[in-house]
Amino acid sequence: MTTRTNKPTDRRDAKLVMDAGDIARALTRIAHEILERNKGVKDLTLVGIRTGGVHLAHRLVKRIQGIEGVQVPIGELDITLYRDDLALRKDQPVLRKTSVPFDMTDKVVVLVDDVLFTGRTIRAAMDGLMDLGRPGEIQLAVLVDRGHRQLPIKANYIGKNLPTSREEKVQVLLEENGEEDRVVISKS
Amino acid sequence: MSLKRKDLLSLAPLSVDEIALILETADSFKEVTGREIKKVPALRGKTVVNLFFEPSTRTRTSFELAAKRLSADVINFSPSASSVVKGETLLDTARNIEAMQADIIVLRHSSAGAAETLARGVKSSVINAGDGWHEHPTQALLDLYTIRQRGMDFAGLRVAIVGDVSHSRVARSNIYALTKLGADVRLVGPSTMMPWGVEKLGAKVYYDMDEGLRGVNVIMMLRLQLERQGRALFPTIREYTRLYGLTAERVRLADPGAIVMHPGPINRGVEIAPDVADSLSSVILDQVANGVAIRMGILYLMSGSN
Repeated sequence: MTTRTNKPTDRRDAKLVMDAGDIARALTRIAHEILERNKGVKDLTLVGIRTGGVHLAHRLVKRIQGIEGVQVPIGELDITLYRDDLALRKDQPVLRKTSVPFDMTDKVVVLVDDVLFTGRTIRAAMDGLMDLGRPGEIQLAVLVDRGHRQLPIKANYIGKNLPTSREEKVQVLLEENGEEDRVVISKS
Repeated sequence: MSLKRKDLLSLAPLSVDEIALILETADSFKEVTGREIKKVPALRGKTVVNLFFEPSTRTRTSFELAAKRLSADVINFSPSASSVVKGETLLDTARNIEAMQADIIVLRHSSAGAAETLARGVKSSVINAGDGWHEHPTQALLDLYTIRQRGMDFAGLRVAIVGDVSHSRVARSNIYALTKLGADVRLVGPSTMMPWGVEKLGAKVYYDMDEGLRGVNVIMMLRLQLERQGRALFPTIREYTRLYGLTAERVRLADPGAIVMHPGPINRGVEIAPDVADSLSSVILDQVANGVAIRMGILYLMSGSN
């Protein structure tokens, strides 16, 4: 499973692949696509995956509200306890809070994450969701799909398809974490 | 950060950051215990052995439930009835358990230092669930968690620990942790139940209960070990209750928002009056509920591969 770091990269080889405008336009498009596919906001809910997906989920909720005038329920999911590498690690990763303050029975849950890579995080997130209830449907929205899947998982909404090599590192930096909005890629 | 320890034997050596990490980790598990499906797969494939040489229902059940909610396999082993009678030593019993691939051993033993001895002798992680009069770290951690849950800040917090401090591992663990976190700890009890030189741990001793309770934010009652009566620690239970029993009247001496704690099992009408145990300021059952979350947190943090 990929190790996430939220530390800004000041690396010289970091290459900009999306700027603030690109991210804003991609999120606006995804918001429209979500509404189009689900025919409005009925039964629609969003769940951001900690930590990268939470801020993006909040932005999507705002955009959906801007379009439809309705604030859809939003939750935050920490997938740490569902990781498939827990038994192999020497030190256990720090847990964060899960908070899904609505009943998702028969609802459409759009999982939101920043980068889709191996797909292992999404597998863990789906297991985590199932323990919290029984969603009618789970969809997946990601800002960046960088390929290299290790599981048969596919996103429904993609901000940008980014061809990468397995060794490269993709980082989504956001204003909410005190950064300028941008996506960068660097050699690891 | 993570807990870089093989074992959890005592709170004395833990740093403030390590204590904070355990409390925060327990927060996440508190959410899990509130779910409809109270189980997560974090410890799938791990084996937790509850090795209890002393009778205990509460702590053992709490550890058992915590391990099960993490999807670990749990075995309860109470050797008092079997091998000890046959003359097996603690270490030999533990090595047998280890040979069965136990990842974590939770030990309760009547001798101080038993957990330490065990931890040195086995590769499995050892969690001290009470060793003699020494320490009971998970109880103190759940006490801290319960205090924090009430929105209280540890720095400058006035805590009175009342009762048989000498023979209380709960008291000792709490003194270590609370003083470390900057709380003002008062120990209240008769001189026969106050260990020599306990002030060196940074606590203040009061022999008069009313004086000791004045203005405190937390009243932590200790169980009067009735089985110790007759050992000249106190003349009669009635006298003890009159001098050191917590009544509603005495609670009023404390801060108006003060909470009443007790590690259980309580002796109603002895160290605590029934109306106090059942009052709104009593958090005794919250302590029990939080115990599971704290133990899930500790098991999770100790479950990294060694």
